Amino acid sequence: MTLELLVGAIEAILMVLIGLQLAIFLLYFERKGSALIQDRVGANRAAITGLGRKLGMPNLGIVNTLVADPVKLFTKEDFVPEGADHFLHGLAPFLALFPVLITFVVIPFGDTITIAGHTFELQAANLDAAALYLLATIGIGVYGVALGGWASNNRWALLGGIRASAQMISYEIAMGLAIVSVVMTYGTLNLQEMVRAQGGVWFGFLPRWGVLVQPLAFVLLLTAGVAESKRIPFDLPEGESELILGYMVEYSGGKQAAFMFTDFAEQALVAMMLVTFFLGGWQVPWLYPDGFHVPGGHLLAVAPLAISIMGVIAFLIKVVILCAFLGLVRWTLPRFRYDQLMRLGWKGLVPLGLANVLVTAFIIVATGGAH
Amino acid sequence: MPPVVFWFLATLSIVAALGVVVQRNPVHSLLALVLTLISIAVLFIGQDAVVVGFLQVIVYAGAIMVLFLFVIWLLNLPMETGSTGRLAIKFLGTIAVVALLAELETFSMPAQLQIKFSATHAAGYGSIETLAETLFSQYLIAFEVTSVLLLVAVVGAVALARRSTTVEVQERAEQLAGREKAA
Amino acid sequence: MVQLSWLMALSGVIFVIWVAGFIIRRNILVMFMSIELMLNAVNLAFISLGSRLGTMDGQAIVFFVMTVAAAEAAVGLAIIISIFRSRETVHADDLTLLRW
Repeated sequence: MTLELLVGAIEAILMVLIGLQLAIFLLYFERKGSALIQDRVGANRAAITGLGRKLGMPNLGIVNTLVADPVKLFTKEDFVPEGADHFLHGLAPFLALFPVLITFVVIPFGDTITIAGHTFELQAANLDAAALYLLATIGIGVYGVALGGWASNNRWALLGGIRASAQMISYEIAMGLAIVSVVMTYGTLNLQEMVRAQGGVWFGFLPRWGVLVQPLAFVLLLTAGVAESKRIPFDLPEGESELILGYMVEYSGGKQAAFMFTDFAEQALVAMMLVTFFLGGWQVPWLYPDGFHVPGGHLLAVAPLAISIMGVIAFLIKVVILCAFLGLVRWTLPRFRYDQLMRLGWKGLVPLGLANVLVTAFIIVATGGAH
Repeated sequence: MPPVVFWFLATLSIVAALGVVVQRNPVHSLLALVLTLISIAVLFIGQDAVVVGFLQVIVYAGAIMVLFLFVIWLLNLPMETGSTGRLAIKFLGTIAVVALLAELETFSMPAQLQIKFSATHAAGYGSIETLAETLFSQYLIAFEVTSVLLLVAVVGAVALARRSTTVEVQERAEQLAGREKAA
Repeated sequence: MVQLSWLMALSGVIFVIWVAGFIIRRNILVMFMSIELMLNAVNLAFISLGSRLGTMDGQAIVFFVMTVAAAEAAVGLAIIISIFRSRETVHADDLTLLRW
C-alpha cells in the first residue's frame, strides 16, 4: 500500500514534468519553428561562450529560449495596476495553470511494468471516471483567465477575459460530445482500459486505433482542443489592434509567464488527450506482450521490460508529433473573427458532435453492445 | 473517507460558505461559492458517488457559476458599501437561523435507527453503469421530463433576456412621439 | 469512519448559512446564488443517506436536482438581466413595484 502510494506520487511528478517539458518544447518550437516556416532567422542572439559561432555552427537559439527569456521574465518588476484587486490579480495565473497540471496525472503513459517482482500500472492515478475528471479540471481552468481579465481593472483585459471564457465554455461542449462518443465506443470511462482496447490489428495489419473508429470525434476534439488552448486560429482573446494582449495585458514578470505557460501546457495536454483517445496511447503497432507480430506471420520476440519501455517511448513520440502538428497549425492558418468562431462552435461542431453520438449509439445497438 | 479528510472538507466548506455571505464584492462571493461547491463535490466522491461528484464540478463550477460571473460583469455591479440590509431583516434572519440550527438536533438519530446503515458498498456502487441503470429504468420518465424542462428553460431564458427587435423599438419611439405631440 | 450524523449536521449547517445569506444579503444575484447552494446542501444529505443505505436512489435524485438547478439558473439570470434593464438596479429593496 505504501509502496503503491510512493510509486503513484513518483509517477504523478513524472507526468507533470513530462507535461512541462513538452510545454518548453512547444515554446522553443514556437520561436524557431515559426521562424523556419516564415523564412526568417528567429532567436539567435544569446550564446554562452561564443565557441559555437567561432566553429561556424548556426545558433539554434536554445540559450535564448530556455535561459535568457525565462531569466528576463522572472526578474522583471511584478506590476499590479492601480485599482486592481490585488488578491485575485495574484491568484488568477495559478488558477489557470494549476488545473492543467493536475490533469496530466490521469493520462496513461505506458502499460504495466514489472520491476523486482512488483507490477505497476504506468499511470499516476488510475481513476475509473478519468474521462469525467478531464472534463471537470478543464472546466475549472476557465476561472483563471476570466478572473485575470477582471482583476486587472482594465477594459481591454476584461474584454479579453470575457472572450476567452466564453470561447472556452462554448468549445467545452463540443469537446465533451467528442469524448462522450469515444466513451460509448469503448464502453468505459477509464483511460487505461480505453488504450488497452486499442491494441491488436484489423485485417492483419491495420492497428485498431480510435481514429479509425471515430474519425469525426477526432476532428472535433482536435478543433475544440485548439480552441480550448486559445491558439491560432482561435486566439481571439488576444488581438494587437483591438485588445492588445487580452486578459494578460496587465500582467508582467512571473505571473505573465505562468499565463503563457498555461497555453503551452494546455496544448501538450490536448496532444496527450488526442493520443490517448484516438492514436492508441502507448500501443506500438503489431507489438503484443510476447513481441512483434510482423504482418505475414513472423514473430520477433522482445523481453517484457523492453516492451513496457517501448510503450512509454511510443507514447512520447506520438505526443511530440502531435504537438509539432499543433504548432504547424498555429503558423499555417489565418485567425477567425469572433462571430465566426462562435458560429463554428455552436452551429458547426455541436450539431456534428450530437449527430456523431447518435450514429454511434445506433451502431452500438445494431451490433449488440459496446464490447 | 477518513475522518481527517472529512473534517478538513467540512471546515473548508463552512468557512467558504460563510465567505459567500460575508464578502461585499460579488466576485469574491462567487469565488468562495465555487470553493464550497468543489469541497462538497469531494465529499460526494469520498462517499463513492464519483460520477455525481464530477458532474457537480462540471455542471455547477464549470458552467453555472461562470454564467453568474458573466452576469455580474454585464451588470457592472458596484461593491456594496455600508450595511447590507435593514436591521429588521437582520433580526429576522438571525431568528430563522437559530430556529433552523435548533432543528438540526433532530439529525442526531437514535441508535436503533442507525442499525440498517452500513458503510460498505457492493462492487460497482456509484459507478456510471449503476447510476445509468437506476436513471434509465426506475427514473426513466423523470429523466425524459428533465430534458423537456431544460428545453423550456433555454427557450424561456432566451425569450426573457432577448433585446426587443428594432421594429418594436421603432413602434415604441413612435408611441412616445405621439404622446409628446398630444401633450 | 465518518458518522452519518456528522455529514447530516454539516449539510444542515451549510444549508442554514445560506438561508442566512438569502435573508441578510440584498443583492439579488447573491440571494440567487444562496438559493442555488441551498439545493447543494440538500444534495449532500441525499448522497450521505443514499450511501449509507447502499442504494443508488440518492445519487439519481441529486442528478435531477442538478438539472433543475441548471434550468433555474438560466431562467433566473435572464429575469435578473431583464429587471436590471428596466430598473437599473439589483438591490432587492429598490424593487418595490408590487408594494403599495
